[in-house]
Amino acid sequence: MVNTKVNLSGLCLDNPVIPASGTFGYGYEFAELYDINILGSFSFKGTTREPRFGNPTPRIADCTSGLINSVGLQNPGVEKVISEELPKLRKVFHKPVIANVSGFSIDDYAYSCEKLDKEEQVGILEVNVSCPNVHHGGMSFGTVPEAAAEVTRAVKAVTTKPVFIKLTPNVTDIVSIAKACEEAGADGISLINTMLGMRIDLKTGKPVVANKKGGFSGPAVFPVAVRMVYEVYEAVNIPIIGVGGISSAENVIEMMMAGATAVEVGAANLVNPYACRDIVENLPAVMEKYNIKDLNDIIGGAH
Amino acid sequence: MKQSIFTIKSNTNIAPNTYKMVLAGDTSAITVSGQFINIKIEGLFLRRPLSVCDYDGESFTVLYKTVGKGTDILKDMKPGEKLDVLTGLGNGFDTSVSGDRPLLIGGGAGISPMYRLAKDLISEGKKPEVILGFNKKEEIFFEDEFKALGITVYISTVDGSYGTKGFVSDVIKNLSGYTYFFTCGPEPMLKAVSDVTDTSGQLSFEARMGCGFGACMGCSCETKYGTKRICKDGPVLRKEEVIW
Repeated sequence: MVNTKVNLSGLCLDNPVIPASGTFGYGYEFAELYDINILGSFSFKGTTREPRFGNPTPRIADCTSGLINSVGLQNPGVEKVISEELPKLRKVFHKPVIANVSGFSIDDYAYSCEKLDKEEQVGILEVNVSCPNVHHGGMSFGTVPEAAAEVTRAVKAVTTKPVFIKLTPNVTDIVSIAKACEEAGADGISLINTMLGMRIDLKTGKPVVANKKGGFSGPAVFPVAVRMVYEVYEAVNIPIIGVGGISSAENVIEMMMAGATAVEVGAANLVNPYACRDIVENLPAVMEKYNIKDLNDIIGGAH
Repeated sequence: MKQSIFTIKSNTNIAPNTYKMVLAGDTSAITVSGQFINIKIEGLFLRRPLSVCDYDGESFTVLYKTVGKGTDILKDMKPGEKLDVLTGLGNGFDTSVSGDRPLLIGGGAGISPMYRLAKDLISEGKKPEVILGFNKKEEIFFEDEFKALGITVYISTVDGSYGTKGFVSDVIKNLSGYTYFFTCGPEPMLKAVSDVTDTSGQLSFEARMGCGFGACMGCSCETKYGTKRICKDGPVLRKEEVIW
């Protein structure tokens, strides 16, 4: 028997596998296919203070080993998420969830986080300062250390649950931003969000997605994510959720060796709706293959 | 929705750049005409959605045009080869509101779901008529298949080389007495059909999708009844709710 349980800021997860925000909705579509309670947790669709339709379509471009999306934080707004989505989510998922929050001002972040913090099922707040698909706010808070710290402080001041800051890879020095978040009181760091990318349709000669640019994710970004998790692990003492291109149990182990305590699986869910289930099921056998008895033993093991 | 492996039974060129593929496997998730399937194609990351033309207990048929990388790979695949397919996606057509004489209007690859729909309407004792729109005579396909169902088939060609010269909407203008319409095709055609018809109807939309099953919000559109995902809440929308 191997141990897949990990402790993420006091939250005991049965395994480190967490579907990433924006690729799993509120879980319903997947709950029709398998019992999603086998997951460690899941990070629900990014929530903003006000309802958002998001960006114009097309929002998706296929890429080699990945995709570009420019969804732009489509969501019904924090009030409706609490009154309509969370009660439905509770019926299909019985463990603590991760509430992913985005904003366009410091006040927005604090407002939404304060509300979601009061929800019993929310175990962790994941503050997205890294969405590349909105023109104001979003990623702009995650590209400057002081701005990321300011969001962190504002959210920490009005919440009681662990706060993870989700960082963008579209920066010159992710370590300085992660350190600024830690100093501002963050309980953990999630990284990476998508990388800014673009595809051009040869027939029209124009960008494929209507918003021109979008966030690139999928297996192609995995090595970038591993490198950034490795770097941030060396610089901070708070736990890391490793995100970016994970699509197998082997990837989970590699990401944990780089320094992640848990991982989020994103793009893989869109191609294989059973991706997270398959990873959870394969994890013990892959651990045995590499003589890993306890996942906690390998966190940061590559350093 | 179901994910399973299908075996290609046949893959035939039926018109220029147009193919008919029959895939054998577990079709139990396909329950109504107008649904679509999402195929994983080796070497491509995202799946490729195609609407179902017809199905039975052991296989389904898709008609597709070669419009890009995915369909280019698909057209070269041979009987016996296997594909990972998500089946039973989307809402499909609701035939309960069609009345006795529904009009079916298909353009290009949008002709595909009209075939099973016609069969279902006939089995419900209704008398559908179908309009098929093409650019020119050489591109016509499925005329005989629809005729074999014993229904009236109108054809329009943009260059006038066969049937009515012009668009499907030019055919509709001269028809009366139909009780409802169902349509699938390029968006400008859907709009023209919506404008020229004097009854209620259902329109099946194409979209560039991420997942195809409602998870990613990649294909959302605004309707008069709120935001809908083409893949999950559609692809069939009612005329009354569409915002053009």
